[in-house]
Amino acid sequence: MKRQLAYLLLLCALAVTVVAQTAQPLAEDPEVENRLQELSKELRCLVCQNETLADSRAGLAEDLRKEIREQMKAGKSDKEIITFLTARYGDFVLYRPRVTPVTYLLWFGPFVLLAVGLVVLYRQLKQRRALITQTPLSPRDRRQIEELLDTPTGKESA
Amino acid sequence: MSRFVLPLVIFVVLVVFLAIGLGHDPHEVPSPLINKPAPAFQLPQLHEPTKTFSAQEMKGKVWLLNVWASWCISCREEHPVLLELARAGAVPIYGLNYKDKREDAIEWLDDLGNPYLLSAADVDGRVGIDYGVYGAPETYLIDRDGVIRYKHIGPLTPDVLQGKILPLVKDLEK
Repeated sequence: MKRQLAYLLLLCALAVTVVAQTAQPLAEDPEVENRLQELSKELRCLVCQNETLADSRAGLAEDLRKEIREQMKAGKSDKEIITFLTARYGDFVLYRPRVTPVTYLLWFGPFVLLAVGLVVLYRQLKQRRALITQTPLSPRDRRQIEELLDTPTGKESA
Repeated sequence: MSRFVLPLVIFVVLVVFLAIGLGHDPHEVPSPLINKPAPAFQLPQLHEPTKTFSAQEMKGKVWLLNVWASWCISCREEHPVLLELARAGAVPIYGLNYKDKREDAIEWLDDLGNPYLLSAADVDGRVGIDYGVYGAPETYLIDRDGVIRYKHIGPLTPDVLQGKILPLVKDLEK
């Protein structure tokens, strides 16, 4: 029984090492692979649209990763590669939209809305303050208050 | 009463914007290649791989470049429209057989009919990348100077042909 268990454990250990070996990075150049990973996180897969090029398993994403890898090996900079891609697929391929006149509304719209909201709030508050009129106490009110305050509490209930 | 007017106006504007947004197809990404020279390529012909086809050969002609593949389901849907267009002969249609197996592609054309004067085989999809192809079928209208004038993403329909492509062809051929 013990021996069987030992065999089983040995088998498990072997299985783990086999798995560990297949999980080794496949790339011959880890530096290029890292750069590819980083860059493709910034790029959109046009087939699935809400996936990055790094995550996508679509055929086109694979082709584009291959293309990027080859360009990196040829010594192209990230900027050159992005120019290459946007010339073909447009700015949509970038996950972070560029700041151009077309995207001003996208980038600055929320801040404009915030500013408008603050102005509206400020004006509302100012208007409300003007609505509140301070009416001074009449002599009669004052007397009544003093009377109430002067009455010892115990007496009234008694 | 008047204090309800402004929120109502804002609400209506928002609804209009959202309604327009819903009408857009998010899969139609505007191509940066419109009004740019069609990327040059030289590829083996599908039927005669020893011969090549290049976009440069087409200078002086207004033509359609249709990206298709035998594995592409929407291409099947588009096919009758292309056959009809080829029969009418309004504009020459050339095919870019995108990431396909040669035998499959030829069989597909034998089965369904061949609307293309010629198809070029882009086996690894490299030319497809140059043209910004992200989903077959896609169709490019290229003018006499080799400039891309129009791109249609997805299957061509009679409406797109009559409404957009054929009028443009007429215009460009003037």
